Amino acid sequence: MRSKPRKTNWSLPKVKTKVLSFFVVLFGVLGLGYVSLQGTPMGAQVDRFFSFQDPAVRLAVVACLLLGLNCGLLGAFMVVRRLALVGDTLSHCVLPGVILGFLWGMYKNPWTMFFGAALAGLLGLLCVSWIKRTTTVREDSVLGIILTSFYAVGICLITMIQRLNIEGKAGVDKFLFGQASALSEQDVLLLAIVAILAITFVVLFYKELLVSSFDPDFSRTSGIPVSFLFGALMFLLTFSVVTALQATGAVLVVAMLITPAAAAYLLTDRMHHLLIFASGLGMLSGLLGAFFSFLGSRLPTGPFMVVGAGAIFLLAFLFGPQYGVFPRIWRRYRYRSRIQGENTLKAIYRMLEDTKFEKRKVALEALARFRKQSFAEAVQDVKVLKRKGWAHFEDRSLKVMKLSPEGWHRACQITRNHRLWELYLTFEANYAPDHVHDDAERIEHLLGEEIVKQLEERLNFPNKDPHGKLIPSAKDIEEGLKIYGDDR
Amino acid sequence: METIGNLIPPFDWTSFLFQPWTPPYEQGSLWILVMGFLVAASCGLIGNFIILRRLALVGDAISHTILLGIVLAFLVTRSTGTLPMFVGAVLAGLLTSVIIEFIHKHSRIKPDAAIGITFSTLFAIGVILVACFADQVDLDQECVLYGEIAFIAYEEPLVVAGKALAPLSVVRMGGVFMLILLFISLFYKELQVTAFDAGLARSLGINPTLFHYATMILVSLAIVSGFESVGAILVVAMLIFPGTTAGLLSDRLPVHLLLSVFFALCYALLGLHLATWLNCSIAGAMVVVAGGIFALAWLLSPQKGLIALGMRRFAQAGT
Repeated sequence: MRSKPRKTNWSLPKVKTKVLSFFVVLFGVLGLGYVSLQGTPMGAQVDRFFSFQDPAVRLAVVACLLLGLNCGLLGAFMVVRRLALVGDTLSHCVLPGVILGFLWGMYKNPWTMFFGAALAGLLGLLCVSWIKRTTTVREDSVLGIILTSFYAVGICLITMIQRLNIEGKAGVDKFLFGQASALSEQDVLLLAIVAILAITFVVLFYKELLVSSFDPDFSRTSGIPVSFLFGALMFLLTFSVVTALQATGAVLVVAMLITPAAAAYLLTDRMHHLLIFASGLGMLSGLLGAFFSFLGSRLPTGPFMVVGAGAIFLLAFLFGPQYGVFPRIWRRYRYRSRIQGENTLKAIYRMLEDTKFEKRKVALEALARFRKQSFAEAVQDVKVLKRKGWAHFEDRSLKVMKLSPEGWHRACQITRNHRLWELYLTFEANYAPDHVHDDAERIEHLLGEEIVKQLEERLNFPNKDPHGKLIPSAKDIEEGLKIYGDDR
Repeated sequence: METIGNLIPPFDWTSFLFQPWTPPYEQGSLWILVMGFLVAASCGLIGNFIILRRLALVGDAISHTILLGIVLAFLVTRSTGTLPMFVGAVLAGLLTSVIIEFIHKHSRIKPDAAIGITFSTLFAIGVILVACFADQVDLDQECVLYGEIAFIAYEEPLVVAGKALAPLSVVRMGGVFMLILLFISLFYKELQVTAFDAGLARSLGINPTLFHYATMILVSLAIVSGFESVGAILVVAMLIFPGTTAGLLSDRLPVHLLLSVFFALCYALLGLHLATWLNCSIAGAMVVVAGGIFALAWLLSPQKGLIALGMRRFAQAGT
């Protein structure tokens, strides 16, 4: 039986207005904050930042944007491939490489440090895969082992350098925590090169990357060079981690890889959206980091970037329309109250049926007796119906109620769904007639128009359910609705 | 201008072997050795159970987030006493594992990503707080990341009846070591069952969640009392290395525990000597030694070593 794709209860125009109003509020708050800061030293800093006149600011902003782009784009692959912590290992592994690169020329040469770091990172990754292949040590332990041993070598080297009398050795410390304002133009150039490489690679091999990320076995059988792609991805990852180091620091690079990508992962199900969202959120967190660390002068950039990314993740985690915690709770609540209401409707339908549809009004006393519940519970149930516009009370003392035309319509539909499904189970699935009720009780709320029509056709337009009760047909419901208006 | 040749001092057997144990170094060396051993043994013992439950990187995460706990404890109590620091760090450790569980349970984020997000964000908040209150907090991020064990000799000692007994941090670490030893010997069976089969544990009436958090508290304790001297990241090494290396040599948990203690002694002793020769961070040298011993075990282990593996493959190809 074919079924229509499940309808989500938020339609596109509604989402658009929601998003729009969110941004209006956001800009309102930002504008208020900006106006209230005018004239203070912090306000002057804000002006200086957004005028982009200061070349140092421009450089830092461009660097942070590029960094966020690189990390977000490649991090998306890490998150879907469950390799999130490989980034952590990688960022710690590069430390000895950075220092050896520094020692090579005895000054802060971005190129030698870049190559030293990249070599060390790749060596670390090779060690990880080698140990994983030849021992029974679990993956997380392997990552931890390589991470700490490379890092320890780096720390030994740093402490050994402290003894030497070299100019600029203090700059090496910047690799631990990162300072975007310390970046040179060459560093930004490197970031840009990596960004171009990464984007080109992803665009060229998008399909292959997509398939091999989700189903390596299938892609291997269809002739996609899985290990080549994986290797290339690791190369690019190493490059982007190494270039990001100076701005974020070794300890926090991993956050820029994982957090924006994970936030994007909570917002969409499509890979290309994921890539775009992840890069966008990465750039946003980069910008936030550059901005806040500039505000407080001398504050490190990396941590602010990471906290910005963390805040974005928290928002997505709590309020993401599809996977957010609160929307999910809201949807569950809505679903429960709908089912509660529909069950009440069905009971009322059966009571009306017992009077041969002579009556329209139902006494709550009788409803409570019919459903074996207390009077107060019956009042509660009818109140739920009233909130949905399916019924109203006939008097002030809440003793008698009447269904609205919409409520009557829905009551017929639910009863019809229930009885059709019972019939279907009895005849097509060979259930015993006394076993079909519970199953129908659950499915009746989920059947859509289309499926019900198919059920009817399949069962040859029946009019009686297995227990001999009449099934209201689509035509009955239409006509019933017409005469429902008169008051009896 | 110095050259790279000056980086590695010439090797000299006698100074390598005897320098740490000749005056005026011998007193300091002894305490460094004891401290290094205690950190490595405490972490190694509790680390065995962490590795078995595939939580190796949760230890990594906790070791970063205790920075936040310590800074917050300081900002709340305005004191650098041991107790507030301990409480702050343990709470931060617990919070970390709770957040990781929460993210993992309530969304489709996988556990590894949840670990990465949690620890990096909390650590970043800690770093920002340190940077903002730098004039008030006597703490720097570098100290958290790669502490310095060599200072232990200059530390204020614990004085009992007018006699200097041992440096305070050694006493503290010793206490944590005893606690971990006690915990493991009291609950050995429960820990073993929960580590290997949480479902079986539950059916036997053991509460795995309780033991999970108890283990996490002990890990936080071990990390917070060790990080000042060996640094947070190297504590993680001590959590993972002994158990994993022992895992290459044996399949029995009791043997793992004994080997862990033995390895701890090796790391401390050899690390001290290596650091004396290279004149570098002692904690770093300890982890380098740990890496070296792991590599040896990986190569030479009679059952699972690379050489044994190669020979077995060769013999198979021959027949």
